[in-house]
Amino acid sequence: MAKFNLNINGEDKTVDVDPSTPLLWVLRDHLNLVGTKYGCGIAQCGACTVHFNGSAVRSCQLPVSSLEGSKIKTIEGLSENGDHPVQQAWLEIDVPQCGYCQAGQIMSASALLESNPNPSDEEIENAMNGNICRCGTYSRIKAAIKAASKSQVA
Amino acid sequence: MTKKSTTVNRRSFIKSVGIAGGGLLIGFNWLACKRSEEVAVADAALEMPDEWFELNGYLKIGDNGVVTIYSPNPEIGQNVKTSMPMMVAEELDVDWNNVIVEQAPLNTELYSRQLAGGSQSIRQGWEPLRRAGATARYMLLEAAAKQLEVPVEDLSVEDGVISHSGSDKTISYGEIAKAAAEIEIPEEDKVVLKSKNDFKIIGSSRKNVDAKKIVTGQPLFGLDTYKEGMLTAMIVHPPKFGMEFKSMDAEKVKEMPGIKDVFTIDTYPEDTQKQWSDVSAFSKLVVVLGESTWQVMQAKKALEVEWDLNPELTKKIEILEKSAGMGEVSGLESSATHTSLMADVGSKKAKAIRKDGDPEAAFKNAARVIERSYTCPFLAHNCMEPMNFFANVTADKAELLGPIQTPEYAEKTIQSRLGLDLENIDIQMTRMGGGFGRRLYGNFLVEAAVISQKAGAPVKLVYSREDDMTDGVYRPAYHVKYRAALDANNKITAFHVNAGGIKESPLFANRFPAGAIDNYLAESWTVDSNISIGAFRAPRSNFIAGAEQSFLDELAEEIGQDPIQFRLDLLKKAKENPVGENNDYDAARFAGVLEMVRDKSGWKKDDQNLNRGISAYYCHNSYVAQILDLRVKNNEPIIDKVVCAVDCGIVVNPDAAKNMVEGGTIDGIGHALYSKISFEDGMPQQSNYDTYRLIRHKEAPKSIEIYFAENGIDPTGLGEPPFPPVIGALANALYKATGKRFYDQPYISGLQGDLKT
Repeated sequence: MAKFNLNINGEDKTVDVDPSTPLLWVLRDHLNLVGTKYGCGIAQCGACTVHFNGSAVRSCQLPVSSLEGSKIKTIEGLSENGDHPVQQAWLEIDVPQCGYCQAGQIMSASALLESNPNPSDEEIENAMNGNICRCGTYSRIKAAIKAASKSQVA
Repeated sequence: MTKKSTTVNRRSFIKSVGIAGGGLLIGFNWLACKRSEEVAVADAALEMPDEWFELNGYLKIGDNGVVTIYSPNPEIGQNVKTSMPMMVAEELDVDWNNVIVEQAPLNTELYSRQLAGGSQSIRQGWEPLRRAGATARYMLLEAAAKQLEVPVEDLSVEDGVISHSGSDKTISYGEIAKAAAEIEIPEEDKVVLKSKNDFKIIGSSRKNVDAKKIVTGQPLFGLDTYKEGMLTAMIVHPPKFGMEFKSMDAEKVKEMPGIKDVFTIDTYPEDTQKQWSDVSAFSKLVVVLGESTWQVMQAKKALEVEWDLNPELTKKIEILEKSAGMGEVSGLESSATHTSLMADVGSKKAKAIRKDGDPEAAFKNAARVIERSYTCPFLAHNCMEPMNFFANVTADKAELLGPIQTPEYAEKTIQSRLGLDLENIDIQMTRMGGGFGRRLYGNFLVEAAVISQKAGAPVKLVYSREDDMTDGVYRPAYHVKYRAALDANNKITAFHVNAGGIKESPLFANRFPAGAIDNYLAESWTVDSNISIGAFRAPRSNFIAGAEQSFLDELAEEIGQDPIQFRLDLLKKAKENPVGENNDYDAARFAGVLEMVRDKSGWKKDDQNLNRGISAYYCHNSYVAQILDLRVKNNEPIIDKVVCAVDCGIVVNPDAAKNMVEGGTIDGIGHALYSKISFEDGMPQQSNYDTYRLIRHKEAPKSIEIYFAENGIDPTGLGEPPFPPVIGALANALYKATGKRFYDQPYISGLQGDLKT
């Protein structure tokens, strides 16, 4: 066990865990941030996506020991009142079915729009291809990303 | 706040609603003043009332007019948590923006059929949910009439405000709720349900009541449960079907950081009274218990367990195989053996389930017989939220919280397994990260309870993805052979379906084209196995629809007919002059969706510009027809468009219903194209998403158009019906694109190779 200082959603946190513990389980088991989901544990499904210094990454593959000095943003910190343009578009298009994968989808989508505010269909598909939705909400996810893109550009 | 008691068990109320007028006195403010933690409407800024008044088991009204509606059924993503309360709110006549929705706990006395399965929630809730709303409205009006001293006939309601027609007197639901709670529950015949033409909420799109929580990452799911003093448990099950626990060396693992204990459990000892929902291939499990998930995962990896062939299982299967004459299945089964065994058994005569006319003679006299066989592999459900459950079992009580589609059955199993009285078992349902049938089978709930009892601590059981995917309860592997007899004029004179699977048959003997062909034979068989199976979204239909619709497509081509007109002609016969009496479909509604999809898609016979496949199917009381357009590029299909025509009667929540059809369509395409679980010597060959392929963003259709029949018929299922037919549309479109018929799922295997692009 060892102590690690993390910056999560703009707040400094200290956790005392095994250095190999992935960020996913630090968030869920130790920091009470359960919005980041466990889906596969091998970076194949995207349910655990967070922003690592602004980029979308799979938190199940990020050992806590590699995080000192970096800024982590989770779904809980994406906006103060759930009103990030991507979240608003998700509500407007009413994207979720079961909802379990959606936090990961939203984190991937918001990172995409941060780097590419007006993505093409192909760019959306490429950026989102690592996020599985078993319910099959892909059409709505794409529509919501386009709606968020428009609202940001406008 | 006062709490008034009643001599009548108010839990019996809903039964009185459902069965007969109760005339029960209800009149106390249950949960009064409790602040709701489940504010679920889009407008979370609703002010909580000081006092709640429960009018019946489905709803309570606050003194400020805010209404809480309890959604009785489990939510697995089919959106019943929104649409079921909409049905209550419709008859209650309240402003939907004033409604809070809460998931009801399991309560078999209050609610009937608290189950997510068979696409039945809306269909079977249609009457009782509206009646619950209408009964409460009746009581509110009675109370208002008393207070205003006017005849109740002169009162009307809009958005929770009661108005008197002869004056400008008004009174809100919030103001009269307390008095209404003391009104006698009316006899059923006094409560009149609305005319469908007067619906304001039903038929208008309302957004998912949990959406805000979902998009902001609030705790909603079973896996999000964290309680004081809770330990995390994981299981280790045998790596192969047909094996069982022999021994383990756990001493070193027990010393690992955070690990509390390692022990074995027997989930279902012989004296357990099991329910149909208790399906599990592995009763004896190793349990690792610890403080945090990662620590337990690490300990699991370090644990050395020895497994043995399960002699009982092997023996039992051999006996079954011999007695059923189904050939041999060894203790450790392999997919290659399964495939040849099914082809062998499927080539033989099997048990006739339905026979019309004289099919043997018709086949004998046929000018031509067309015969094709179709197969599909086992599938894992792959709910994105892995199986999990929270349990806190003490000497006299069990508290259970988590994702379960069948809480009522789970409660009975827990009663038997733990020896507790039903009233001391509390099951609460969380929103589920997918169900698809997997969570009908509550073995993980029972495991959690047994672990908690043994550990003497509150425990959350968590399956890893690998545990989840290799634990069984799979969609069965199926095989079907179709034969059609044609006369010299290319007229179909007989139809034969011979269907089976491991270890369930996909046959629906009374489903189309039964009823449309004079000489018809349906045969069914099964092969036993030690691999556990279960219902998977649209059980049996999820295979047989695609096979049947592929065969009909090939038949239409052989006969030289347009595939839609071919089906319509058969349906015309089934409607005007049906064969047999047990046909389970309505031929006119069936034809209706085919005509609708033909018109909406701009279908042209022999269209050379598009690779279009058509399919139509009836299941779960609903009719769906789909036309799918695709191209093939680099051996991968690109699906440009799917047009869907759906007849599920009245559509309660149209935009959410479209979401369901989009999802079912994508899910059906994905599983038929990409997914399989295969076995070598009992070992599943896929255990995570690096080896098990699920459909992804790039592979989803570029566009999905959905049209609903508008016929005012009471609503029927929607969670499952869009899934099965699209598989046929996909196979038929793949044929157009490649010139090659697709008989074996997953179709991607057949696509690798000779194609035109």
